[in-house]
Amino acid sequence: MSKMLNVALPKGRLGEKVYDMFEKAGFSCPSIKENNRKLIFENQEAGVRYFWVKPSDVAIYVERGAADIGVAGKDILLEYNPDVYELLDLNIGKCNMAVAAKADFVDDRSKTLKVATKFTNIAKAYYSAQGRDIDIIHLNGSIELAPILALSDVIVDIVETGATLKENNLVVVEKFKDISARLIANKANFSFKSEQIEKLQKSLKEQTENL
Amino acid sequence: MDKFILSGEEQAVFALRSLYKKYGYAQYKMSKFEEYDLYAKNKDFLVSDNVITFTDTDGKLLALKPDVTLSIIKNDKDNHDSIKKVFYNEHVYRVSKGTKSFKEIMQIGLECVGAVDDYSVIEVLYLASQSLKEISKESVLDISHLGLVKSVLDYAGLTESAKEKVALSLSQKNLQAVQSVAKEQGLDEKKTSLLEKLVTTYGKAEKVEKELGAFCVSGEIEEQVKSLKVVIESLKTLDAIDNVNVDFSVVSDMNYYNGVVFKGFVSGIPTSILSGGQYDNLMQKMGKKSKAIGFAVYLDEIDRLYENKGQFNVDVAVKYEGASVDAVNKVVKEQIAKGKTVFAGKVLPETLKYKELVVLEGK
Repeated sequence: MSKMLNVALPKGRLGEKVYDMFEKAGFSCPSIKENNRKLIFENQEAGVRYFWVKPSDVAIYVERGAADIGVAGKDILLEYNPDVYELLDLNIGKCNMAVAAKADFVDDRSKTLKVATKFTNIAKAYYSAQGRDIDIIHLNGSIELAPILALSDVIVDIVETGATLKENNLVVVEKFKDISARLIANKANFSFKSEQIEKLQKSLKEQTENL
Repeated sequence: MDKFILSGEEQAVFALRSLYKKYGYAQYKMSKFEEYDLYAKNKDFLVSDNVITFTDTDGKLLALKPDVTLSIIKNDKDNHDSIKKVFYNEHVYRVSKGTKSFKEIMQIGLECVGAVDDYSVIEVLYLASQSLKEISKESVLDISHLGLVKSVLDYAGLTESAKEKVALSLSQKNLQAVQSVAKEQGLDEKKTSLLEKLVTTYGKAEKVEKELGAFCVSGEIEEQVKSLKVVIESLKTLDAIDNVNVDFSVVSDMNYYNGVVFKGFVSGIPTSILSGGQYDNLMQKMGKKSKAIGFAVYLDEIDRLYENKGQFNVDVAVKYEGASVDAVNKVVKEQIAKGKTVFAGKVLPETLKYKELVVLEGK
């Protein structure tokens, strides 16, 4: 096969871990380990091209076909609902989508709940399933500040170890969704590169089962 | 006529029109507007809920068409003894997912309404596969069979909400999500493996055909498998199987569609450009006894396939300063007679790229 497989990897520690798994699956690209500012790496022999993108952008690259496949967190997939195949749970980058609040928070159902979050759609879906009237406050970062400054009653955010919450005197009210990294593929490109993608998928599956 | 003068979209329109005409499909021209009521009643049939509406002079609420199929069948006389074959080539107005704003999309498609039988289904599938081939050398038509999918979901005895979850996961090829639904529902191994097979069975139609036997655990499923096999066999005989895949991840709304549903892809365009299926259920909802099948090709992305032929806007730029009109005309005519494209101006735009520059000085 002469077709290059284009892979969007999330920048950061998770992406490096993912690359190691891809390498084991036979899609190596040694130049990626060099310490430089390049964003795109290619290995003609293995027929693969990697690029580093912002984690929350992986799904966009894949949905629009700039990348054939990529690795994105389930949180991003739930939030943006891209039209892609979700081929495999890689079982890494595990965390939870959770509601958190100040330790002395008392849920008053007679009031509209003020919710600060980066994940507007996830928060809306979670509360509308409960028939709860909420006021969403979209923030791009430092979500933990919101309840402390009484900007919101609760936050909906990703919780990994809970250390950040603890340091800011917040507690988890409810963990409502398991999050982990997923292998995703563009639906159109999958049809034309299914052989390579299946090979990769098979090896990744074996690797996750042996984790 | 110079073919390259046509844009990719126009080339495709010409090729597809002539293809559909050959098979006896008549062109169906429509007005741009439709009563909004039609879409309000069949909202889920539309790709997006958003419709551009406006009030007509008599107070009626009208919409710019987001879809053509509904308008065609609304006006259908419901002659279910005979068959009506039409094709259309219209603009539709939809919200594009990325920008969340309205977009005008050129759509060409065909509908086959009335006494739809095996032959009509095969003909429509054949035309779909040929349409893709007209557009690109490298294409894939993914076919699914909702009758088969539905009978498997029924056999597994899933609740309605579990069925919806499985259908969604199926459309994402998300095997693990299907497995977790099966677990939640307490399905036994046999039923679970059947659901898994819906996700894992895909690929070249000829390959998948051999694997379909594994689905036959009940008479009802077997009947649906048979119906899919008829489709595959007929396409084989027509020598139109090479770009056809069977893939159950093509899931259309089962409230409207039944039987075969399909999506077409061409290499180089990241989304499906063709989509269609059999929609007897929609006909029933609209109170008609006829059956129907059809598809649409979306042409808005097609220009991606046709590379810019050159790095130039024109072959020759003619810059005249004070030269007489006749003198400029003469030069322009000469160049055009040589088959060149010409841009003449007193001052040339800065952005104009040309291969050759002719300067005409005045007296």
